[in-house]
Amino acid sequence: MIKHLPALLIVIPLLAAIITPIIGRIHWVLSWYTVTITTFISFVISLSLLQTVLLQGDISYWMGGWQPPWGIEYAIDNLNVYVMIIVSFMALAGAIYSKNNINVEIDEARKPFFYSVYLLFVTGLMGMVVTGDIFNIYVFLEITSLSGYALIAIGKKRQALVGAYNYLIMGTIGATFFLLGIGYLYLMTGTLNIADLAARLPEFYQTKAIFTAFTFLVVGLCIKLALFPMHFWMPNVYTHAPSAVSAVMAATGAKVAAYAIIRVMFTVFEPEFYTLAPFNIQPILLILAVAAILAGSIMALAQTDIKKMLAYSSVGQIGYIVLGISLMSVNGMIGSLIHLLNHAMMKGALFFVVGAVVYRTGLTSIENFRGLGKKMPLSMAAFTIAALSMTGVPLTVGFVSKWYLAVASIEIGMWWLVPVILLSSLLTAIYFWRIIDAVWFKPALGEESHGHEHDDHQKPKSNDAPASMLIPTLTVAMLCLVFGVFAYAPVSLAEKAAVILLK
Amino acid sequence: MVELLAKYNYWIVIILLTTGLYGVMARQNLIKKIIALNVFQTAVLLFYVSMSKIEGGTAPVLIKGAKQIIYDNPLPQVLMLTAIVVGISTTAVALTFVTLIYREYGTIEEDQILELNKHND
Repeated sequence: MIKHLPALLIVIPLLAAIITPIIGRIHWVLSWYTVTITTFISFVISLSLLQTVLLQGDISYWMGGWQPPWGIEYAIDNLNVYVMIIVSFMALAGAIYSKNNINVEIDEARKPFFYSVYLLFVTGLMGMVVTGDIFNIYVFLEITSLSGYALIAIGKKRQALVGAYNYLIMGTIGATFFLLGIGYLYLMTGTLNIADLAARLPEFYQTKAIFTAFTFLVVGLCIKLALFPMHFWMPNVYTHAPSAVSAVMAATGAKVAAYAIIRVMFTVFEPEFYTLAPFNIQPILLILAVAAILAGSIMALAQTDIKKMLAYSSVGQIGYIVLGISLMSVNGMIGSLIHLLNHAMMKGALFFVVGAVVYRTGLTSIENFRGLGKKMPLSMAAFTIAALSMTGVPLTVGFVSKWYLAVASIEIGMWWLVPVILLSSLLTAIYFWRIIDAVWFKPALGEESHGHEHDDHQKPKSNDAPASMLIPTLTVAMLCLVFGVFAYAPVSLAEKAAVILLK
Repeated sequence: MVELLAKYNYWIVIILLTTGLYGVMARQNLIKKIIALNVFQTAVLLFYVSMSKIEGGTAPVLIKGAKQIIYDNPLPQVLMLTAIVVGISTTAVALTFVTLIYREYGTIEEDQILELNKHND
C-alpha cells in the first residue's frame, strides 16, 4: 500500500471524480464531503511522501511494474514533493471554502458536476507534478486545462463563458506547442522519460532541433503560466469565474505551470545547455520577467474591480517567479520556489476574502469595500495580512522570497534588479493601500449622511462570512505569518531542491 | 532541392501549422476559430506520424511467421492516439462553450460579443 502512494495520489481523485456526480444526485452536500475527504487524503499522502523523500531520498515508482525508460515512471524528489504539498493543501482549503461560497455563485443543479470537475482539475495538477515522463506531463496538462475551462464557465456570469473560450484557445495553442516540443525531443533522442532524456540530451545540445524543442516547450508553458505578453486570457478568467475557482486556479494552476517550466529548464535540460544555445536565453526571460513585474503592478493600479486587480497583480507575481528562474543561481531559485508557496497562500487568501464579500454583498467593485472592516472584521484582517505579505513587509512570507531574489540579483551583479523589486513593492503597497484604507478608515457607502453622533450607541453589526469560509481563509492568512517568521522549513526544502536543480 | 521536396510531409506540417495559427488569430467567428485550431492540432499529428516512418517499414502489426521485416515505430502513433482523444475533447468543450455563448449573447461573432460586454460592465 505504502509503496503505491505515488499512484494513489492520481487514482483516488480520479475515481472520486466519477463517483461524485452520482452520489450528488441524492444530495449535493454528499459530493462536497467526497471532495473534502479526497483532497484531504491527497494532502496526507503528500505529507507522507515528503517524509519518505526526506528520510530515504528520491522515490521512483514504476507504473504497472514496467521498468523505465520503457514504462512510465513517477519520480518524486525534493522539488515536486514541495509543489505537491502546496497544491494539495490549497485544493483542500478551496474545497472546504467552496461549500457555502458556491451557494451564491453556482446554480444548485450544477453543484455535483462542479465538484466532479474540481476533482479532475486536482487530478491533472497532481499528475503533472508527480510524473517523470514528459508526454505524461502533456496529458495531465490537458486534463487540468479542460477541467479548468469547465470550472470557469460553470459560474452564473455570461462573461465567464467568453473568458473560458479565450482561455481554451490560448491554452490549446500552448499545449500544442508543448506537444511539438516533445516531438522534437523524441525525434532526437528516442525517449520520453525525463531522467533518460536528461542523460541523452547533452550530446545534441548544439543542434538546431533541440533548440527548437526547447523554445516550443518553454513558450507553450509560458502561455499556460500567463507570463507577461501572453497573459491576455487571464484577467477575464479570474474576474468572471466563481471566487472559489479563481482562488484555487490562482493558487495551484499557475504554480504547477511554473513547476513544469523549472522541470523542463533545469532537469530535462541542464544549465550547460544555456551556454551552448545559439542565442542567450537568460536575458530574454529576465526582460519578460521584469516587464511582467512592472506592467502587472501598474495595470493593477488602474483597476476598479477587485478581482481584476488581483488578476493583474498575479501577472506581476508570476514575473517574480520567472525572475528567480531566469537568474539561474541557487539563491534565485530558492526565491522563486518560496514565491511559489507565498503566492499560492497570499492570492488564495485574497480571493477567499473577495469570495466572502461577494457572498455577503454580491459586489466586487473596490468602492464597495468601504467600511467592511466593521462588518466583516475577521475576513478583512485576513485580507490585510495577505496584502501586507504581498507588499513584502518583514515578518510576512512575502518578504522572504523578495529578500532571496534581491540577494541573488546582487550576487550575479545585476544590482539594477533591486530597485525594480522595490518599485514594484511600492506599487503593490499603493494598490492595496487604497483598499485597506477604504476597509478600515472609511464609513460604508450610504452611511456618511447619517452623522456620527447618534450612531455611536448602535455599533454596526458584525456580519462576517460563515465558519466554513472563515476557517480556510484565516488558516491560509495565518500561514503567511507563520512561514514569514519560521521561514526555515520551506527555505531548507527549497534550498535542497535548488541545489539539485542547478548542480 | 529534390532532397527538400522528398520531405514533403514536413512541409505540409509547416503549412498546416501556420494556416491554423493564422486562422485562430484572424477569424472573428468563434466556430471558424475552432476549425482553425483543429487544423493546427492536426499538423502535430502528421508531424509525429511522419517521424515514426522508417524507410521500407510496414505497419507495426506483427506478421506471423515472417522474419526480417522492418516495422515502423509504433510509439509515436500510439502517442497520437492520445493526442487525438485530447483534441476531440477540446473541440467538444469548445463547441459547448459556443452554443452557450450563442444562447446568452445571440451571436457568435467575436466583435459583437465584445461590444455587448462593454455595455454590460
